[in-house]
Amino acid sequence: MYDINKVNTHIVPVRFTYHSPKTLEEALELLSRYRGEARVLMGGTDLLVKMKMRALEPSHIISLRKVRELDYIEFDDQGVRIGAGTRLRTIEKSEEIRERFPALWEAVRVIGSVQIRNMGTLGGNLCNASPAADTAPPLIVYGAEAVIVGPRGERRVRVEEFFKGPGETVLEPDELLREVFIPYVDDAGSVFLRLTRTSMDIAKISIAVAAWFRDAEITDCRIALGAVAPTPIRIPRAEEFLRGRRISMETLDQAGRIVSEDIKPITDARSTAWYRRAVARVLTRDAFTIAWHRFESRRAG
Amino acid sequence: MEIEFTLNGVRKRVQVEPNELLLNVLREKLYMTGTKYGCGIGECGACTVLLDGEPVLSCLVLAADVDGREVTTIEGLARGEELDEVQKAFVEEGAVQCGFCTPGFIITAKSLLMENPNPSEEEVREYIKGNLCRCTGYMNIVKAILRAAGVIPQTP
Repeated sequence: MYDINKVNTHIVPVRFTYHSPKTLEEALELLSRYRGEARVLMGGTDLLVKMKMRALEPSHIISLRKVRELDYIEFDDQGVRIGAGTRLRTIEKSEEIRERFPALWEAVRVIGSVQIRNMGTLGGNLCNASPAADTAPPLIVYGAEAVIVGPRGERRVRVEEFFKGPGETVLEPDELLREVFIPYVDDAGSVFLRLTRTSMDIAKISIAVAAWFRDAEITDCRIALGAVAPTPIRIPRAEEFLRGRRISMETLDQAGRIVSEDIKPITDARSTAWYRRAVARVLTRDAFTIAWHRFESRRAG
Repeated sequence: MEIEFTLNGVRKRVQVEPNELLLNVLREKLYMTGTKYGCGIGECGACTVLLDGEPVLSCLVLAADVDGREVTTIEGLARGEELDEVQKAFVEEGAVQCGFCTPGFIITAKSLLMENPNPSEEEVREYIKGNLCRCTGYMNIVKAILRAAGVIPQTP
């Protein structure tokens, strides 16, 4: 933890040079110039807190507030592209996101408070790389991709492979997350669930499921969890187990048992490893039950 | 560095350091002490102000990032001696005890009512989740916001 004598949440007790580029190109130039010494600032709800705690002491801050080209939600024929600088509140207010990507909408809606969602961005939530980042499990089950830009051009990484550890991503120091692309999965039943101590808290555990059915048979599914390992994770063994099986309490309970075995939770301020394993089973069951109902009502509707 | 922004309708020019926060500039450089410093890490909502019309936490906004934008604080709501509807409702419902959280609550409530003029009690409670009050138990705050919305009639 932090040294309490160094903590002053009244001020930012770190001296840095402030940069406010207006374009993505300028931002990338600055990142290359101060390679490794700079941090990118979006909403500030994570970065500034860490700086107040002296957990991070960058000598350059590159604020992307004026980079307007990072703020958009665009639907095309393949999916939706969300700019990394799009505020969580904007995503929450999008009826189309709510309709077509309900698990993402459910995740965004429970992040922090209205104030936090007015400040925080999708890119910030991902790049902060908290194992509990609420937007990660839904993006993983939707098969979303992170579009990364840097001096060597553009590359695409599946959100599933974007995280390397707590606070660590595949981004090189001179690269930026530009957008998140989510392909349409309109035929899936999907959901996001999480448990917290109080409503405005970071998740003890979170889960997202996307599933496809033929009658009561699970033809395909994806399961991702947050806050139960160093990064958000998928549970391939449970997905494999469920493929081709009929949905029933027993089947889901067995899948839940696999999930509970395959996660790697720790005991921390928010919960214990034992509890996380125990509720992972229940959450798996609940998530699939909701996903199935949603799949059915979509087909009916 | 120098920043220029609109504070409660008035253009302001201030010299700030890169690591200064909007909250500190408001309180210590512009003497607008209505906005309060509570937790400093985005948990309590006491420092809520409107930035370009939307509620944000001024303890986590760099002053430099406010350049060219519009800020509304609690001081900007009343018109002279005439209190804003939300302020009146807080007085009438006794939604204030120690008063420290009140400016943040009123700014948040103002934003809610601009977005949704007829909120349900549930919507009110959901919206004010990011504002903590350690005195009132929230009952009268919720009532006050509903009263300001006209859901609960004004006292004759």
